[in-house]
Amino acid sequence: MEQIIANGLYLGAQYALIALGLTLIFSLMNVLNFAHGQMYVFGGFVTYTVVVQLGLPFIVGLFASAVVLAIMGAAIEKFLFAPVVRRSKRDESTMLLAAGVAFFLDAVILLFFGEKQRGVPKIVNGVLNLDMRIIMPYDRILIGVLAILLIVAFIAFMNYSRTGRAMRALAQDKMAAQLMGVNVSRYSMIGFALGAMLAGLVGGLLVTITGVNLGMGGPTSVKAFLMIMIGGAGVISGAIAGGFILGMMESVGLTVLSAYGDITYLVIFASLMVFLAVRPQGLMGKPWG
Amino acid sequence: MHKRTFLKISALAAATMLSMPLMAYAQNATLKVGFVGVTSGPAASWGVSNQRSMETRAAWLNELGGVKIGDKTYNIEIVPFDDQKDPKRAIAGMEKMAQDGVHYVVGPNVDDGAAAVRPVAEQNGIMYFPYAFPKELFTAPASNAILGMVANYQSGPAIYKFLKENKGVKKVAFVAANESDPLSQRESGIAAAQALELEVVSGNVTYQVDTTDFTPVLLPVIQASPDLLVLSGVSPANAPQLIRSARELGYTGLISTETGQDASVLLEGAGELADGFISVGGASTPELASDTMTEFVDRYTKMFGEYNDESNTKVYALEYILETLKANPAAIDNVDEFKKTMDTFEAANPFMKGDAKLKYVGMTSFGQKRQVSVPLVVNEYKGGKFETLFVGTVD
Repeated sequence: MEQIIANGLYLGAQYALIALGLTLIFSLMNVLNFAHGQMYVFGGFVTYTVVVQLGLPFIVGLFASAVVLAIMGAAIEKFLFAPVVRRSKRDESTMLLAAGVAFFLDAVILLFFGEKQRGVPKIVNGVLNLDMRIIMPYDRILIGVLAILLIVAFIAFMNYSRTGRAMRALAQDKMAAQLMGVNVSRYSMIGFALGAMLAGLVGGLLVTITGVNLGMGGPTSVKAFLMIMIGGAGVISGAIAGGFILGMMESVGLTVLSAYGDITYLVIFASLMVFLAVRPQGLMGKPWG
Repeated sequence: MHKRTFLKISALAAATMLSMPLMAYAQNATLKVGFVGVTSGPAASWGVSNQRSMETRAAWLNELGGVKIGDKTYNIEIVPFDDQKDPKRAIAGMEKMAQDGVHYVVGPNVDDGAAAVRPVAEQNGIMYFPYAFPKELFTAPASNAILGMVANYQSGPAIYKFLKENKGVKKVAFVAANESDPLSQRESGIAAAQALELEVVSGNVTYQVDTTDFTPVLLPVIQASPDLLVLSGVSPANAPQLIRSARELGYTGLISTETGQDASVLLEGAGELADGFISVGGASTPELASDTMTEFVDRYTKMFGEYNDESNTKVYALEYILETLKANPAAIDNVDEFKKTMDTFEAANPFMKGDAKLKYVGMTSFGQKRQVSVPLVVNEYKGGKFETLFVGTVD
């Protein structure tokens, strides 16, 4: 039981961090960023390149992932999403653009980083073994703790910084925020950059544990959408809750249901369908948006 | 002769001489060989290594002046199609090959894709070389598919027998991705283990291919205390993570798979935890690789920046197509001629040392020669590279 909880918490921390960036972009711009998973993969590859190819310390790789993805996110928002949002009133325009960006990033990743699975060697060796009740490698503990610290830092940034407050105001009521002097286009760009940066950071963190490959983008996006649907789209606390709930459900399912074959995600999706039928706005979302 | 006339004649002569090699190159006819397989997504590594092997070898042969088949010399053109591991796309790819007049296709890489393209290939006179194992593709009445590698039901029993006799393995556990290929490989692996009177202590645990943490997946498997953990049909992307999770959970037994793997991927993903991992390889171990194979690896690396160990096996399909066509030039646009030649075909194997031969096999498994003969090399990973554990053959 302790092992299941430990696995669930570790998975939840990484999932929550992935979902945060996606929900931030959604809350600010009402854009479903289908390329979020590809951004995560790109971040992993940047860290891999810096650490393995260039031989620099892991922290430098992580920093490089954050910077590269923030710049990429800002550029994508400024040159792609902002013009489309300005000119088109239809939500599907941005959805199609996001899908296009996802395919484009897949192609770029194949071109620059190749088709192989890549990984960064373990940053910490050794395994925590508490009488076989909990077995957890130290690197996972470290990554889990770092993920939680990043979540805390993100919440603090959103609550106490001027930029964070402006973005929250924008997410709550764009018109009112604009009337209060918030520069919508500027903070939309910062928000998108921040969301992409979070995706890159998770990719950089997890490349030391799970590795990274070209095909991880799509499934990662699907899981991220799953989390924000559970927690409530566009709600920061909802994304965190969704991440931990999904992590825990996955951990429990894989252990308890293993005897019945690979039905964990079948059960999760079925449960989600029932849940959304009862509460379509998710746990913490508002019915009106 | 006027100076101006002399200059004109000299310039014309120089231009003619410079264009001669180009003209010779252009004079060759073109032989299109197709590739329909997965070059994107999580299994991209399988198809990309196929396509790049073909492109490397084709460029090399074209550079040497082309391939002489009968009284004509051909430049080889590779026509690739990414089926995205989707059977519907694989059918579209095979139809494209038919429209382009391609009669020889390498791929698809997975079971459902290979099964899906069968009607298209048979109706349009296409021989194809899948890297997929369903026996019905290779047994009569099917006759257009040629297995491009050693199947798991051929390598698995050999590996288990070796480990039973040499490493004292008694209890085996299987874990597979929840997809058709790994699941069918798991089933045949379990049957092979049971035939050898090994105890199967876990055989129903599966995982999603996009799993990022294998600890919860492997926990119940490791608790069954197997001597050998078989990663059925594992992709190169998942193998290092599974190995790492198993070792971190305290598993000290043997781990093996019947699929090809890549040493650099194992090194990066699992490091020394992958030491002792047993997998099926190709013909590039130092003991087996010929100078041609070594040059192929060099050329591949120059063309694409990095070699892929899976190409040790993937290099063979194009060679078999070309050598069989050389043996019977009438097969160039008639696959029935190709089929007739297969029964007696034999040519020197350029990729192996000694007097190894290229020939079609498969009588024991399929009742007809519908498999390329590649060495069954079983490798053990150690310190960042593969070491040959044993070499077998398939008849």
